[in-house]
This record gives sequence, C-alpha cells and structure tokens, in this order.
Amino acid sequence: MKGRIISPGKCKGAAIVSKEPIGFYGGVDLETGIIIEKNHPLEGKCIKNKILVFPCGKGSTVGSYVIYGLKKNNVSPLGIINEETETIVATGVILAGIPCIDKIDISKINNDDEISLDADKGIVEIV
Amino acid sequence: MYLTKEEEKILDGEMGEVQERMFRLLVRLGDIYGADKMIPVGSVQVAGVSYKSIGDPGTEFLEDMSSKNTKVKVLTYLNPAGMDLENWRKLGFPKNFAKNQLRIINAFKKMGIVITSTCTPYLAGNLPRFREHIAWSESSAVSFSNSVIGARTNREGGPSALAAAICGRTANYGLHLWENRQPNVRIKVNTDLVYNSDFGALGFLVGKTVKNKIPYFTGINNGDTDQLKSLGAAMAASGAVALYHIEGLTPEADLINKKDLETIEIGKKELNDTYENLNSNEKPDIVIFGCPHASLREISSICEKIKGKKLKIPIWICTSRLMKEAADRMEYTDVIEKAGGHIVSDTCMVVSPIENMGYNVTGVNSGKAANYLPGFCKQKVVFANIDKLVEEAI
Repeated sequence: MKGRIISPGKCKGAAIVSKEPIGFYGGVDLETGIIIEKNHPLEGKCIKNKILVFPCGKGSTVGSYVIYGLKKNNVSPLGIINEETETIVATGVILAGIPCIDKIDISKINNDDEISLDADKGIVEIV
Repeated sequence: MYLTKEEEKILDGEMGEVQERMFRLLVRLGDIYGADKMIPVGSVQVAGVSYKSIGDPGTEFLEDMSSKNTKVKVLTYLNPAGMDLENWRKLGFPKNFAKNQLRIINAFKKMGIVITSTCTPYLAGNLPRFREHIAWSESSAVSFSNSVIGARTNREGGPSALAAAICGRTANYGLHLWENRQPNVRIKVNTDLVYNSDFGALGFLVGKTVKNKIPYFTGINNGDTDQLKSLGAAMAASGAVALYHIEGLTPEADLINKKDLETIEIGKKELNDTYENLNSNEKPDIVIFGCPHASLREISSICEKIKGKKLKIPIWICTSRLMKEAADRMEYTDVIEKAGGHIVSDTCMVVSPIENMGYNVTGVNSGKAANYLPGFCKQKVVFANIDKLVEEAI
C-alpha cells in the first residue's frame, strides 16, 4: 500500500493495531511505552519496538513531546501508520525521527502482521 | 511551498542553528499538509510545560535550545506548569519535582516567553482578534480562540508552537484557511444546559462521537464564556475537536456553509448517561475546580458558596496568576482559605502530580478533567455540578 510520507526512515516489525484514536499524553506511559488510557482497546499493551497502527491522534497537544520522550527513553514504536496523521503526531515523529506514513487503509492490517515500512517512499508491505 | 528570500536564509542556517532546525519542522509540516506559503502569527501559546508531561527528554530539549541564545519573535505565553510556581512548598509539591519544574521555567524565560502559565491566555493578557492567525497549542485554548473568538490556529504540538514563536511564522494550512473551517456534522441539542458541567458533559460526549470533525451546534440558546470554554475543552480532550460553531453564539456561525450536514441529536437521557459514565460514585477526597483555568466569575461563585463554612476535604481552584491576583484583592482568596480551600495558580490537576500527594478520588465539574484524571493521575473521578461538589466538600 502506498501512502503519504510524514517522517522518513525504514523499519520492519510486528504490527500492533488500534481501531480507536490514540492520545499520547495521558494515554501512553513515557517510561515503559505501555498504553494506560482507561478502556482503550490497547490498554495494558506495550508499543515498544512495534509498528503502531491507528486511525488518527486525539487529545492533548503535549502528545508530540510524549512521542519524542518515548524515543529518548528507548520505548518508542519502530514506526507509525495512520489513516490521517494530525499535527500532534506529525510533530512528534518528525522531532523523534520515527518513520511514519498516513493515508493507509488500516483495516487491512491485523495485530502481529509482519510489516515492512519504507517511509522514504511512503510504502507499507504486509510480509 | 513558496518561501521568501528571508525565509530561505533561515533554512540555509544564516539565522543560527536553532532557527534553522525549528523552521525545518514548520516547512516539513507545511509540505505534508499542502501549505502554499508561510504566514506571520500574532501570538503563540506553548504547551508542554509540566515536568510531569515532558520528563527529562523534554527538559533537556528546551535547555539545549535556550542555552543557544534563542529568542521568541512574538508574544508567547505558557501552558500550566506542574506546580504553583510561588506557593509549591505550602501546597506540598515534592521538592525534587519542583527543582526540575523550575529548570523548565527558566529555559522558557531565557527565550523571552512570558511566564504566565495558563490554559486561558485569553483571560490573562494574550487575546487574539477575529481572523488573526496565531499558533496556539493547549487544546482547550485552541478550541476557544478558534470557536469563540474566531482567530485561526491549528492544534499545534508543543514543539511546533515553539517553532512558530522562534520563527514568528507558521505554515498556511488547515484551520488558517476559510474552506477548512466549515462544519461537517450538526449537533442538535434537545435539552437545557444549566451548569458549566452540563456543557462539559455535552462536550465529552460530542468529542467521543465526532472525533476530529467540526461540529455545528443548534439548540444551545445561551452560554457564557466560562461554559463555552468548558464545552470546547471537553471536546478537545475526548476527541480532537479544534473548532466548533454554535448557532447564534459564535462569530463564524452565520458565515459558514451549513447545508447537507449529518445530524446527531442529544437529549437529556444522553447527557445523564454521560454523567453516569464519568462518575465512579465514590466519596471524593479532594475537589478541584478550574479545568480550564477558572475565571474570576467562577472563583467568586465558589467563594460565595463556601463563605463561612468549614470544609471536610480540600477544595482547590486552579487559575492563572492574574486571576489569583484579582481574587486576592477582592479577598476571595482569604474567604476560601479560611474555609480550608486553596486558590492554586500556574498549574492544574491534570499536569500536577496529585497522585503522589495522597489523593485517590477527585471531584470535578470539568469534562476534560474527568477524561484525563483516571489515566494520567490514577484518580477515580466524581463528575458533578458545582453545587453537588460543594455539598460533598462541606
């Protein structure tokens, strides 16, 4: 599938998919990379070293710093795939240097699919 | 994207390394979202101020920038910090936390950013005008300035707002453009909204339902600025609503295209269910008002209700330093403290470490606070109107 380049880079890994939007501030623990938002479909799951797939961001605009902090703390996802990346997530991934693309039909991606993400070209492949 | 000669010089690094790096971020965002050019911004509001929110990585990022003699180009305000910057000792904020928080504040100050830490800059000396382009980031302030004032800002991430402050510009895309400010869902409200918390509950429900759409409300016949800030704050927390319109109340409501909108109806039952969903039904051990930061009108009304009473559990009212100053002069602060409450400025319950200060169940009248407190402060929430909360506290 081909999408829009948000932040360049390449990575490979297992997908972790949320059908619901993710708010990083208050939703993801900065030290562990575990989703802490109550009643979120991924609550308790860790996004470290995964390819994180979700429709769009939500909630606080401090989310950009949380994404940057996750990377600095070595608990960030390897890459991010969205339907629509809004500015909060875009700013975070650009600053952190996490490969990210959007305009992807994420319903085609399932949990634990092996994903190859080439955000230099805007291409995602399910291996 | 078209760049002026001066802007090209920034990209070439002629204005220094920090400006180049920050401008690159803005250009990148502009390229992604199809901006045609850069536009000057009238003011900036920067989020990502609490040590609790940004941690060591964010602190080091800001210190590095301020050490390179970076200065902002336009009026720039700060979002709430993680503690009251003057009375943190008295209020029991942990010492180590305070040390790190002050590092962050100093870095901002060095860059020329006004150390008025508030999510309601429009009540504290940073008021944009109708149609002014600004770059604000706190999600409720973005919603208020776009919707109630009719200024124009995207939901800026903390770092992209800082970049706009340092460069005095932002990329011309999204909500800066009239065609993107049109509603795409109609919300028909079939119930009376009385309390600020009614607006908060409505906002929570609508944000959850419409996610990042632009709602056009009908059936809201009245609402003061406190209630509209409560509505917008909740929608921006449970969803990503950056702009809303209300028939008869907000400045762009008569100008937008309202044809062929999908309609969602919300009545008394939906509102009551939202109260129920947000409520743990436990006994609060603290009640906190002021999310977003309380106006003087809100402070004075709480003051009236607890005057001469003795509180069983503390009431905190979070507000900006400026409102606190006015409350001091009107002796509201004195009345509230005699009852056993506090006016806390520069911070709020969401970004301060209340879970480490012995509190487990927090009473709030804010849909936004009810949204964030369980995840970020490990609090159980009692969501109710001001009268019920004051009753719980006395």
